[in-house]
Amino acid sequence: MRNIIHKMMRRVFTPLPCGGAGGGSFLLLLILLSGFTSCNKQEDETSKVVLNEALSLNKRNFQDDYGVHNAWIEVFNKSYGTVDIAGYKLAVYNGVGDTVFYNVPKGDVLTKIKPRQHALFWADGEPNRGTFHTTCTLDTARINWVGLYDNGGKLIDQIEVPVLEADHSYARVDDANPEWVVKGGDEASSYVTPSTNNMTIEKNVKQEKFAEQDPAGIGMAITAMLVVFSGLIILYVLFRLLGLGMQSKKSTETSKTETMTENQPVAKAESKEGEVYAAIAMALHEEMNNVHDIESGVLTITRRTSAWNAKHLMLRK
Amino acid sequence: MGEFIQFLTNNLADFWTYTGFANATTGHLIMILVGLFFIYLAVAKEFEPMLLIPIGFGILIGNIPFNTEAGLQVGIYEEGSVLNILYQGVTSGWYPPLIFLGIGAMTDFSALISNPKLLLIGAAAQFGIFGAYMIALELGFTPSQAGAIGIIGGADGPTAIFLSSKLAPNLMGAIAVSAYSYMALVPVIQPPIMRLLTTKKERLMRMPAPRKVSHTEKVIFPIVGLLLTCFLVPSGLPLLGMLFFGNLLKESGVTRRLAETARGPLIDTITILLGVTVGASTQASEFLTVDSILIFGLGALSFVIATASGVLFVKLFNLILPKHKRINPLIGNAGVSAVPDSARISQTVGLEYDPTNYLLMHAMGPNVAGVIGSAVAAGILLGFLM
Repeated sequence: MRNIIHKMMRRVFTPLPCGGAGGGSFLLLLILLSGFTSCNKQEDETSKVVLNEALSLNKRNFQDDYGVHNAWIEVFNKSYGTVDIAGYKLAVYNGVGDTVFYNVPKGDVLTKIKPRQHALFWADGEPNRGTFHTTCTLDTARINWVGLYDNGGKLIDQIEVPVLEADHSYARVDDANPEWVVKGGDEASSYVTPSTNNMTIEKNVKQEKFAEQDPAGIGMAITAMLVVFSGLIILYVLFRLLGLGMQSKKSTETSKTETMTENQPVAKAESKEGEVYAAIAMALHEEMNNVHDIESGVLTITRRTSAWNAKHLMLRK
Repeated sequence: MGEFIQFLTNNLADFWTYTGFANATTGHLIMILVGLFFIYLAVAKEFEPMLLIPIGFGILIGNIPFNTEAGLQVGIYEEGSVLNILYQGVTSGWYPPLIFLGIGAMTDFSALISNPKLLLIGAAAQFGIFGAYMIALELGFTPSQAGAIGIIGGADGPTAIFLSSKLAPNLMGAIAVSAYSYMALVPVIQPPIMRLLTTKKERLMRMPAPRKVSHTEKVIFPIVGLLLTCFLVPSGLPLLGMLFFGNLLKESGVTRRLAETARGPLIDTITILLGVTVGASTQASEFLTVDSILIFGLGALSFVIATASGVLFVKLFNLILPKHKRINPLIGNAGVSAVPDSARISQTVGLEYDPTNYLLMHAMGPNVAGVIGSAVAAGILLGFLM
């Protein structure tokens, strides 16, 4: 069924750029790199916004601003940057009639979803009630196909919501997790979570793990030192090899120069290095003995006779 | 007339409640004394004046008592205040990478490139971080707090601020002040440990002069360094990326103006802002806690462990090196990344025993390796504990 719907969508919107690429090895490479990955998957891995949870029969669950219990569809911004979903499209098809599309209106600041945050759309068929009230409705007795299109008309996520009991949702196990489950139980992992995280994290898992398995920190110390050492050892090996390469290149060039000019440039280079060492030694000497750092503040002027101050030149006749 | 006098009296009494005198606590006075002590160390003893003057004065700014309930928007922790806006660079962690950009633009990696085995000393000295981490865990800190405290042993202020702002923001003030204080006290902390762990014969050891490094090698170093270290530890990217970028600006030879800006006006500006805001963040109410005292103790210990690890590693390393390639253990202390102070300590202690044995150039190798090593270690801690 999904394929049929997808074919139908492709008639309406611009075809996905995953097939039909022209000749040329570059295009072929591009297809190999990106095309295959985005064609037949349920979710476009490059998309930042995904469908996250849906509830079709709402009796005692979340109420909208009008105090009405309606079906809802939650989307989630899985990226670490704000995404504006204005111009995106929500689509619902349940096998009866045409697919219903809802264009997310532009000009509402609330369509900007913050990093790792959610937006909840009401599938109540009442778009005049606000930006998040859609033209779509979810059929409580049938499987509902829900699709999410970006503002370029590309299908970025789709899901088939099964027939659900009242106040049960079909949701990803955790936000943006590829696995979907029916939620609605009493356990924490099974709560229906409109506009919040699908999995409530009550503790820092990493820290708990470290506190439990490595209370003395020895494991962390060994692992981290191994990583630091490996990184710097690889850097050492690379630059050792590079240094050897450079030195052998230099010695080849030097031997060539020796043959051509009878040692003159080499001698010059050596004398230059000597000058460098002398300059370093001088700088160190000045540093160690604080030369010129502290002056006495007394100026001593030695009087010298020159053509400018000679007495006989200053006298007038 | 009597009513008017009453009105004036009420006004003055109201004004009094806004003054620092009315709001001062013992904590404020203690912190002001700490700030004055930092300024004294910087001016009279010349201990890291570039850092201690801004931090010391920042402590004075941060500990001026005022009526916190008046909503004056002057305190560093009051949203929207000028100090709070400047402090965003610390809390969001974008001052430290900019400092690293400047450090990269002023660091010459030649000593390291000419003798790359010195890199390993920089790696060994990072044990100070993990030694302090283990002790902090023993003292009851959580793993993320212990990681943030341990990084003091890296002897790298910007890295300590960067990591603590992510792992333990509530301890950042104490960690930053502790890191910078001990960096300033490197001339006091390191020499006794170096003398204790080396023999006279070892201290007199001479090392061959480093070879001349070509321009190509200098250009390749930041590129390979970035790719390798960041592929290994991507969480260290903000620090390592900026460090190597700054170095490429310097070594490419074609971006002189950019390099000069990075190592001059930019790093100076950020140092001022970082120093003064870190200092101001040490408000007595936030800073004067038992945790802060423990952090100061652990900080000192981490410096001791880092110095000892560096020196002992060199001694160990010498066992497998041929005689003519052996390393003077006095440069082991330079594996901590307090650039160039710890390298200067190697030079000074070395000259005490042989006035013609100049170790500065050799010590700069492990010293800059320490900068890379501590940034990698910070990346590892961030990756594991965030």
